[in-house]
Amino acid sequence: MNELVPTTFLAQEGPAKWDWDFAWEILPDLLEGLWVTVQATVVGIVLALVLGLGLAIARRSTIKLISWPVSAFIELVRSTPLLAQLFFLFYVMPDQFGVTLSAFTTGALGLGIHYACYTSESYRAGIESVDRGQWEAAQAINLTATTTWRSVVLPQAIPTVIPALGNYLVAMFKDAPLLSTITVLELVGEAKRIQAVTFRPTEAFTLAGVLFLAVSIPSAALVRYLERRFRYERA
Amino acid sequence: MSEPDVEETGTGASPRPEAEPMVRMEQVTKAFGDFVCLDGLDLDVKTGEKVVIIGPSGSGKTTILRVLMTLERPDSGVVEVAGGYLYHQMRDGQLVKGSEKHLRVVRRNVSMVFQHFNLFPHMTALRNVSIGPMKALGRSKEKADERSRELLGMVGMADKVNQYPAQLSGGQKQRVAIARALAMEPKVMLFDEITSALDPELVGEVLNVVRQLAHTTDMTMLLVTHEMGFAREIADRVLMFAGGRIIEQAPPEEIFTEPKTERTKAFLKAVLHH
Repeated sequence: MNELVPTTFLAQEGPAKWDWDFAWEILPDLLEGLWVTVQATVVGIVLALVLGLGLAIARRSTIKLISWPVSAFIELVRSTPLLAQLFFLFYVMPDQFGVTLSAFTTGALGLGIHYACYTSESYRAGIESVDRGQWEAAQAINLTATTTWRSVVLPQAIPTVIPALGNYLVAMFKDAPLLSTITVLELVGEAKRIQAVTFRPTEAFTLAGVLFLAVSIPSAALVRYLERRFRYERA
Repeated sequence: MSEPDVEETGTGASPRPEAEPMVRMEQVTKAFGDFVCLDGLDLDVKTGEKVVIIGPSGSGKTTILRVLMTLERPDSGVVEVAGGYLYHQMRDGQLVKGSEKHLRVVRRNVSMVFQHFNLFPHMTALRNVSIGPMKALGRSKEKADERSRELLGMVGMADKVNQYPAQLSGGQKQRVAIARALAMEPKVMLFDEITSALDPELVGEVLNVVRQLAHTTDMTMLLVTHEMGFAREIADRVLMFAGGRIIEQAPPEEIFTEPKTERTKAFLKAVLHH
């Protein structure tokens, strides 16, 4: 770390000038942090998409013993901050339930579960937008419940919620820095660490912001592309 | 109407003797809140019979079809289709509520064409027709597609097999929907106001398909329609339905020329001279 400290910093007075050499030097560490952020987000996305769909379907169950606890869980998660949930997973789970996971796993899990409760609401809206007649037609040709979900309802429900899902995924990426509070050295955590050892916040945090932009802008474009790709006219 | 013969069949789905009706409803009641839709309905439909149900809207005509398609479970009464109990099954000589599995078995005998088509918008015409045989009858894709093309040809849609519903006119959609229902090889076909959502100039092409079906197959058909000329042409029997009950039934030539009840007279006058 010491080699990162600019030799001039002790003599510095007034606002530090932007130092391109220093920025270049810290870039690899920041990229490493970005890689952690991306990994956590990807794991979180997969979890949020899959678990969210499961929660949405379970919430529609006619069996109250399933739908009621699922609704309660979704409301609980949506009504409490992600930060509190991360602390709960990271500190309370090992302490009270003996469940110890790595900081990264805990963080990705926390992101995924938190956003699953939001995506489940989007899925629910999409599922409810499918006409009742579609379910009835599926029943009239004797499709099983599983086939009706897989072949009739979800292919119509999911395209309508892609924009909403996409927005949550970009939001999740931007929430990933909260993982730094449970010791995960993702992008912002890495910038903070650099700032702490070098006393130069400008390059580290500016670059972190630029790197976030470099990922979220193309991601948003990708979401818009998918949205167009899956659009179709309703009959 | 005799007592339900609970003692004679082993399982709910086992076949009955030939002379038995294809559809039998006994004391079927269905209410939505305070509104009684079916009020102790008794109805027998013979194999191959074409029954047209007429009556004012909200009289429960559609509910009869929806009960037969298992889309609406009756509050009480017994329904039999093709010799099997629809909502019940025999267990240890007792008539008990049928399981979901039992429903799936007996539902195979029935197929339905809806007022609003209800085609699957994300599937081509061909896939709309073949998905049922593939998923519910266990046919191979090749066999299901081959048969579906035949059926689409029969309803005059051979050149539209790869079109999506959004690319079709209302009349074309409804013809695809008829092919989809036929692909399930039902013994009983239900037609629920299938021309009510169509532009007037498209009604003819759909009715022609049904007319052809009625005249060339021995399928049992129940039709709810407001097309009186068409009803007169294809029906073996016309039911006048009002207030959850059949208030009059007769062959078409009789009911349309000499209706017996005032209610039927008033209804026919209203629909024929508007």
